Amino acid sequence: MSESTGTATPDRPADLPAQSPPVDPAVTASLKEKPRTGGLSFWQGDGGEGAKRNLGLIGVLVVLVVIGAATRWDLYSNPDWVWGNTLTILKLASVVGVVTVGMTFVIIGGGIDLSVGAIVALAGVWATTLATQSYGAGGMIFTAIVVGTAVGVVNGILISYGRLVAFIATLAMMVAARGLAAQISGKQTQVSNNSFINGIASTELFGIPLLVYILAAVVAAGWVLLNRTTFGRRTVAVGGNPEAARLAGINVRRHTLLLYALSGLCCGIAAIMLTAQANSAQAAMANLYELDAIAAAIIGGTLLSGGRGTIVGSLLGVLIFSTITNLFAINGLSTEAQNMVKGGIIVGAVLIQQVQFRSVTQFLGRNKATTSA
Amino acid sequence: MSTEPTAAGDKAPLVEAPADTVAGEVVLRLTDVVKTFPGVRALDGVQLEVRAGEVHCLLGQNGAGKSTLIKVLAGVHRPDSGQVQWRGEPVHFANPQAAMRAGIATIYQELDLVEDLSVAENAFLGHEPKVAGFVRRGHMARRTREILSRLGHGEIPPGRMVRALPAAGKQVVSMARALSHEARLIIMDEPSAVLAHDEVDNLFRIIRELTAQGIAVIYISHRMEEIREIGDRVTVLKDGRTTAANLPARDTPTRDLVARMTGRNIEYVFPDRPTAPTAGDELLRVEGLSRTGEFADVSLSVRPGEIVGIAGLVGSGRSELLETIYGARRAESGTIRMGGRILRPGSVGAAVRAGMGMAPEERKSQALLLGEPIHRNVTLATFSRYARLGFTNAGRERAEAERIADELQLRPNDVRRAVRTLSGGNQQKVVVGRWLLGDTRLLLLDEPTRGVDVGARAELYRVIRGLAAQGVGVLLVSSEVPEVLGLADRVLVMREGRMVREAPAGELDENTVLDLVMAGSLMEGAPA
Repeated sequence: MSESTGTATPDRPADLPAQSPPVDPAVTASLKEKPRTGGLSFWQGDGGEGAKRNLGLIGVLVVLVVIGAATRWDLYSNPDWVWGNTLTILKLASVVGVVTVGMTFVIIGGGIDLSVGAIVALAGVWATTLATQSYGAGGMIFTAIVVGTAVGVVNGILISYGRLVAFIATLAMMVAARGLAAQISGKQTQVSNNSFINGIASTELFGIPLLVYILAAVVAAGWVLLNRTTFGRRTVAVGGNPEAARLAGINVRRHTLLLYALSGLCCGIAAIMLTAQANSAQAAMANLYELDAIAAAIIGGTLLSGGRGTIVGSLLGVLIFSTITNLFAINGLSTEAQNMVKGGIIVGAVLIQQVQFRSVTQFLGRNKATTSA
Repeated sequence: MSTEPTAAGDKAPLVEAPADTVAGEVVLRLTDVVKTFPGVRALDGVQLEVRAGEVHCLLGQNGAGKSTLIKVLAGVHRPDSGQVQWRGEPVHFANPQAAMRAGIATIYQELDLVEDLSVAENAFLGHEPKVAGFVRRGHMARRTREILSRLGHGEIPPGRMVRALPAAGKQVVSMARALSHEARLIIMDEPSAVLAHDEVDNLFRIIRELTAQGIAVIYISHRMEEIREIGDRVTVLKDGRTTAANLPARDTPTRDLVARMTGRNIEYVFPDRPTAPTAGDELLRVEGLSRTGEFADVSLSVRPGEIVGIAGLVGSGRSELLETIYGARRAESGTIRMGGRILRPGSVGAAVRAGMGMAPEERKSQALLLGEPIHRNVTLATFSRYARLGFTNAGRERAEAERIADELQLRPNDVRRAVRTLSGGNQQKVVVGRWLLGDTRLLLLDEPTRGVDVGARAELYRVIRGLAAQGVGVLLVSSEVPEVLGLADRVLVMREGRMVREAPAGELDENTVLDLVMAGSLMEGAPA
């Protein structure tokens, strides 16, 4: 995914003085032993501000659980039920969670991907055709991931090299990919006969569903990718100030393409998970996932204009949504009411974000006046 | 209004312009107006007096405070202290609409028209004549036609989309908008910059018609011959102060005006200049570089350890030239060589790999991630060099950034601070510091000290000179002539996209360079 662990320019004449030591792997290695200045903690990866905001989101989750316990104490008084319900929530969150990780990267990088739900459907349908199923579980997983990534690459090419606005390119892809999925499946539900694939949804490891492990793995990989790799740094730079990134020598177009490919890859993984849950795939699956993923990322503190966001925040956003769904389900309330509450929560989250941002900028403005010479 | 010089110079006594050209009442009077931004005192005591029916020219170099002054008059900025008197009353414009309503219209250099609305809709934007919420389109078109014919452009159809008009036509629409507000004062910021030669004549005809109707015009231009032709009186700004007020536009010797613009208020502290390297292979060799409408047939070279300065005004093509050398724009013809190798055109990556680094003109929009901490901005161009297998080496990055922060005496010296919180000078140090990290052999600096206070300037000069001493070639663009002369070993003067002079810095003086950058006609007005 990330390249150019680069060494010094090879054709650089030796007689020219350098003002800093040339960077070669040996030097880098020797410097690795150097004690780290300041010490970068786990939290600093996400940035202090992000960490604080994430604590707020955890607070929201706690409030939701408390509401659940207050309204259905009969259920919550049973620890076994609570554990089982927690796993239900996590399973509910797993598929959208994987899609949201990819979406978070795209949004931090200054874009948007409206086609994720359609990509999940296309990858799921393509992976469950009779022909693909004849290659077994490996063939199905491979197909879903390749199809998802390939559609992401097409998005990326249209946006970065075709200079289409991301909103329009992925909107077109959303329509087209669902159309292709319907064409391939002949508008039929394609049943998965592969027991390994179907088992992904039912298998448990140490009492926890495999789907939850997959979500955890994708979130962990996403966190590392965003906070510990050059890919993550480029993502923040490209989304925060594309012109500055370009003039610093970052290949903005190639990176933009990679971001959509990454989103497509996540959709491919999600397609397998969703197919496993339903034991089937169809063109209408993963309906409106794009909205869930975008909403979760926004609630999680990702700036829609790019340049800022955290993986942990996005995960919490997904968990808040699935907890609300669960809360309404255990109280026997309608999905209509649920959707209205979800809409309110999105608005509330963005409002809080703006208020916080304003107070931060005001604070910085005060600081600026005192620090300038 | 006192007739004494307001600031520095006592040399040229203020002469009131002939009575016939400025017979009108005083419509606008500014007294001791001050406006500060973090780290910069943009306006530091401005005096200005504008009379009805006159064309009052505002003269000053880049960074003298003209733009800030316009924005104060237009209600965009509020002055920190001092008084603005409008038609005899002290006023405080809360916002641009308030200034508009009071009768002050501003025509910015980049015209603020909505391209996809019609001429009439643009002219009456925001105050459309309406009945019960419905725009009276016929009435609006009729009034627009009236205003346009008053401007001598009755041929422009009010229903035409603004996008379809040429630059001169758009300017007329901007003026129509000003008149639709019954403006008593129209501020024009370098209106001729976007116009061809014959269109300028037409602009002047319109201005004369406006002033004949008693409207006052504040006219900003770098072109001396225009000031001579259209202007009545001149006020000169330098470093945010009025250095001369109400000079007669036609008779004041050019030498005097130039001296007022450049008169040394700021002590520029330049580091000692060692003997410039004259031998050695060329580091950068540019030959016959051209981009239509920006610059043509530019050739230049930079040796290792040499500082080459390009002097020129905004619009002379200097920034575009620098960006083209850096690969941020693609040259239409010509070649760029680094160390003898031809660079792939239009590729920043290729330029950076060949050892170039650039501090662009607009720090905030082109160079910095404002919300990110200092250390991440310093390592923006180099983080992948410290990485292994794509994993960043945060400790090494922090250490390198801290080393740079110490070296450049960054204040505050805490690399975790967001760049947004730094003053202009320290932000610029972050941008320059970025290129101290890699193996930069050629540094391109575009207006490195714009918006930078005096102390930080001296430090930046020291850093630039220090880099050259280490063998880094520097190509510097600045509209501040003293800066180019004081810092560079060799100076190239650029005007309207062409190199008009090349000489060692020691052989040029400020007035000569100013004469060269402002059109050649400047010399005509200069008595011996």
